[in-house]
Amino acid sequence: MASSTPLAWRVPELDGVPSAVSCGDEVFFPTRERYVEVATALRRAGFVTVSDLCAVDYLTHLDRALPAEVPKTRFEVVVNLLSHAEARRARLRVMVPEDDPVCPTLFFVYPGTENMEREAYDLMGIRFAGHPDPSRILLPQDWEGHPLRRDYGSGRVPVQFKKAPGPR
Amino acid sequence: MSEDQPTTGQVPDQVREGSYDAAARARLVAVTDEGTQQLAPVGVTGATELAIEKGGVLRIPESDALDPDAADATFGTGETMILNVGPQHPSTHGVLRMMVELQGETILRSKPVIGYLHTGMEKTGEELSYVQGATNVTRMDYLAPLHNELVYALAVEKLLAVEIPPRATWIRMLMCELNRISSHAIWAATNGMDLASTSMMIFGLRERDLVLQFFEKVTGLRMNHNYIRPGGVAADLPEGWEDDVEAVVDTVGARLVDYDHLLTGQPIFRERTEGVGVVPAELLLALSATGPLLRAAGVPWDLRRQMPYLAYDEVDFDVIVGTAGDCFSRYAVRLAEVRESIRIVRQILEKMPSGDYRTQDKKVTPPPRARIDESMEALIHHFKLFTSGIEPPAGEVYVAVESPRGELGCYLVADGSNRPMRMHIRTPSFVNLQSVPALLRGGLIADMIAILSSVDPVLGDVDR
Repeated sequence: MASSTPLAWRVPELDGVPSAVSCGDEVFFPTRERYVEVATALRRAGFVTVSDLCAVDYLTHLDRALPAEVPKTRFEVVVNLLSHAEARRARLRVMVPEDDPVCPTLFFVYPGTENMEREAYDLMGIRFAGHPDPSRILLPQDWEGHPLRRDYGSGRVPVQFKKAPGPR
Repeated sequence: MSEDQPTTGQVPDQVREGSYDAAARARLVAVTDEGTQQLAPVGVTGATELAIEKGGVLRIPESDALDPDAADATFGTGETMILNVGPQHPSTHGVLRMMVELQGETILRSKPVIGYLHTGMEKTGEELSYVQGATNVTRMDYLAPLHNELVYALAVEKLLAVEIPPRATWIRMLMCELNRISSHAIWAATNGMDLASTSMMIFGLRERDLVLQFFEKVTGLRMNHNYIRPGGVAADLPEGWEDDVEAVVDTVGARLVDYDHLLTGQPIFRERTEGVGVVPAELLLALSATGPLLRAAGVPWDLRRQMPYLAYDEVDFDVIVGTAGDCFSRYAVRLAEVRESIRIVRQILEKMPSGDYRTQDKKVTPPPRARIDESMEALIHHFKLFTSGIEPPAGEVYVAVESPRGELGCYLVADGSNRPMRMHIRTPSFVNLQSVPALLRGGLIADMIAILSSVDPVLGDVDR
């Protein structure tokens, strides 16, 4: 499972990045400015694959437990990295404020994030600056709102096909 | 287009006249070359160039592509055409729409358009309690429902830090390996069907049905079992399960020879799959591909071996790795994985421990029905569990298992209440679909269905 050496010991770019351990996984909290730099360094350190990228809306849980120096913003972009050589995972949690829900794209470091970032934009409304195809992926192009946000009540939007003629 | 390139119009004329020889192909490549026609290893190209390489994806908004007035923009020079396959197409394995840009018969760029089966299951997962959650996730990948339940249960259990009795672990392993057999069987069936081997469809469905009949006996349902739940499994294996399982694996194992006769040694099948849809393993890694797709390209990555969960470190099995990375490798890897799963199931038959099939933690597992009548405490636990439910401490966790299609992950954020604050499922089909444009690029349109089928996307898994 997880190797014993903390990543911060051998990846200098992680210097000054707040970190934590969650259920045995190493978690780092880079700022939006340093996010791509940290990911690039981790890629060089052997984390060649992004397992998962998703966004989380902490609207109702702004006071969640975070390292002291991390600002408690509404949105987070969570990236799970995987190193095949070490069979080890690392997680990045990037704070994204509500009034400016933009995050730099990881596409140019990990092209495998393309669909995942499109999904995060589609369902959570985080824009990924520099993404080559920032269109909706799961919902129709003209859908209004981002359904996974916590202030988007489920069932609030009438079913899209409501105006379609009935069976008789 | 800059003026030093050959004048447009020449190439398609030649194609039309049928004089499509090597020189014409070289010119065709020159015309369509965007600088990186050939794929170089990721280490050589660097990130920026790699990103351009992903120009294999057709980056036009869906609405523009549909707009007939915008046709000039897309069909402009008359050299290329955009062909739309699906969403209502039997070979796209559900409601997947593929847009391919063609020059002659060569695929230049392609883009999978998805979302037709999106039902907002992640949102639903936030509305349901942890007790109810398994009924939701099991509906995502309808060919491997038990793996979906497993990853959800493992995530909840990791948050709860609850121990699972050994028998529950081994029952889960048994069910998941049988599920892998049935999933690969239906894949072999549809793959054969896509390549016009219609008998294969019947063979695959026949084997799958054997497994589903056993599932029905154990869980009560053929699909959407809600069998693996946080804390263990819903019910113990029925009386005589060993004989049933033995019959299943014996029969499937013997019938795999039919697959070899029908497909493996079949010259037409081999011609259509060998050397088709090859990309280097480095690119697949960069595109986050997992599962048989990655293993067929020569990367020995199987979470059951590399990051063992359940009791996979206590059973003996081989990680199947291909060499060529073509459609045939992916077929061969899956077929061999069925044999490995049979091997694992036989070991489980020998080693199945006795004991509880779910944890005795009263905050997680409801008491037996009989206890409720005689114990006030049991009644309270039962009431609490079904009115509010399991309440894991606040935290976040990412758990991944090896589903038949690759890494199936669950990112769960708990806030201390009885419902997840956020449930995100990383589905292998959704992520592996990103590799399709890379696999199709430069290939022939006739190979498209073979390649698409070899990636094994399940649209319920893609769209969730």
